[in-house]
Amino acid sequence: MRARAGILSSDPRLVSARTAGLMAGPALLGLLLFVATPFLLALVLSTTDARMGSPLPTGFVGLEQYRRLLASESFRHALVNNAWFAAVVVPMQTGLALGAALLLDRGLRGTVVFRVAFFLPVVFPMAMIAVVWELLYAPGPDGALNALLDVVTFGAWAPRDFLRDPILAMPSLIALSIWQGMGFQMVVLLAGLQAIPDRLYEAAALDGAGAWGRFRHITLPGLRDPLTFVVVITAILAFRVFDQVRILTRGGPHDRTTTVMYEAVTAAFARQQIARSAAMTVVFFVLVLAVSLLGLAVARRRSR
Amino acid sequence: MSGRWQRPTSVPSQAVTYLALSVGALLWIAPILVMLVASLKPDGLVLPEAGTLRALVPTDASLQNYEDVFRRVPFSRILLNSVVINGAIVAGGLVVNSTAAYALARMRWPGRRVALAVVLALLVLPFEAIAVPLFYQTTMIGWRDDYLVQIVPFLASALSIYLFYTFFLGFPVELEDAARMDGAGPWRIFLEIVVPQARSVFATVAIVTFLLHWGMYLWPLLVTNGPEVRPLPLGIAAFRSLPPLQWGDIMAFAVLMVAPVVVAFLALQRWFVRGVAMTGVRG
Repeated sequence: MRARAGILSSDPRLVSARTAGLMAGPALLGLLLFVATPFLLALVLSTTDARMGSPLPTGFVGLEQYRRLLASESFRHALVNNAWFAAVVVPMQTGLALGAALLLDRGLRGTVVFRVAFFLPVVFPMAMIAVVWELLYAPGPDGALNALLDVVTFGAWAPRDFLRDPILAMPSLIALSIWQGMGFQMVVLLAGLQAIPDRLYEAAALDGAGAWGRFRHITLPGLRDPLTFVVVITAILAFRVFDQVRILTRGGPHDRTTTVMYEAVTAAFARQQIARSAAMTVVFFVLVLAVSLLGLAVARRRSR
Repeated sequence: MSGRWQRPTSVPSQAVTYLALSVGALLWIAPILVMLVASLKPDGLVLPEAGTLRALVPTDASLQNYEDVFRRVPFSRILLNSVVINGAIVAGGLVVNSTAAYALARMRWPGRRVALAVVLALLVLPFEAIAVPLFYQTTMIGWRDDYLVQIVPFLASALSIYLFYTFFLGFPVELEDAARMDGAGPWRIFLEIVVPQARSVFATVAIVTFLLHWGMYLWPLLVTNGPEVRPLPLGIAAFRSLPPLQWGDIMAFAVLMVAPVVVAFLALQRWFVRGVAMTGVRG
């Protein structure tokens, strides 16, 4: 395994290609087989009429799968739901996280306890969170959330079946998603806040800037990069939503909570429509790529 | 810390901060408390008391629900499955990704630039973008329902390679040069000089890899059939649909499955937070 045994290379970085191959080979092979190949396979499959377990020969159908997707009502619903999910989760979660991070950054004693409390759900699997929240969402006046809403509205709240209610099902999924993800954004923003040098605040204070002025002209500009980062990551996660949908609502009622990933998995898994599912996967990737590039463009423009 | 934009000096201002944080933290902890308390209650009391303040009081507390979990499903087996799968992904991932990153950062070999470009390009691919075709790939070769199909595809990771790669680039090359002068080969240099200095990045990658995989639900849903190789997230979802519906048992399952991770998190809190903040990866 030793490269060039006994020979001291004059260029310290030069070693045999064999050693490099042994070191890099396994991981690169893994990426090739289990990441790059399936991705390319998705592109290829999406132009065919392949069905899993079907004895019929597979044929090339061009963009037919994509045309059918755009014509499909449930897929359009899925796209709209993902967009809605992102439009609510991204600003709400970012706002809450920013608020929590600012409070934690005030340098008071004992804030580590609060940080742990807010961060804890981040380490929980979504499957477990979904099951626990299903108890909170229990229908009827005995359900925890129903009872809580009854108290805070002084009895004006009529008990609802949150997860089967056409209007409330999606907000219910959104609430537990925010509960899980807020702590992640909070720690990123907190790290960003703590990276802002104190002398900037001191200089601003000398210039007579008030608390709001310091927040507006020092804190917010200093948080640009971490804010862009968390917004992009959260927007991407909003398009990846699957677990809570599958466990709690199965896309219902009436497609109100279906998502691109839920449609893709159902098509492949329950209906063996692998080509259609591959096309959805490609659409999903294009959306994720668009969000990433948008974030990158924003970050670039600001750093100039 | 001094001179923050709004460092509160007055007592009322501090009190308001604490109050706001306490209300928020209470809201955040409430579902966890409900879960804990319900796991200790007789099944029949969980739902009727869920809508009252008694949801937070462990009436007639016992460990009966925990016993029921072990009686109704092979919980130890499901836990073992998760330990084996995630242990292998973390340990194997550390090995293959760190060596690959070292070869990319420090060695000159044909194809290095292409390999690096591929790794960086694959960074933007979320698992969901490849889950379905990967499922097709493994199904076509009849590979399903074992440990390996839940481990092998996840060993190589563009994110882990990238994290190691950036660390190795910033690592002082002089140390390695000195060892080379002493006649050490690349493997010895890597194992004896680089790895001991890179403990923090190994820890970060290990935690990030664990968080990324231990909650995985979609992949085992696609490739496993029964409880033999099923991991915890799939286990709890299946337990939820196992009649009769007993909320106390389900909550006991939830507590059992997260307790070890919560303990690890509390002990290594800074590392968890750092890893997540650095990479944007979460459970």
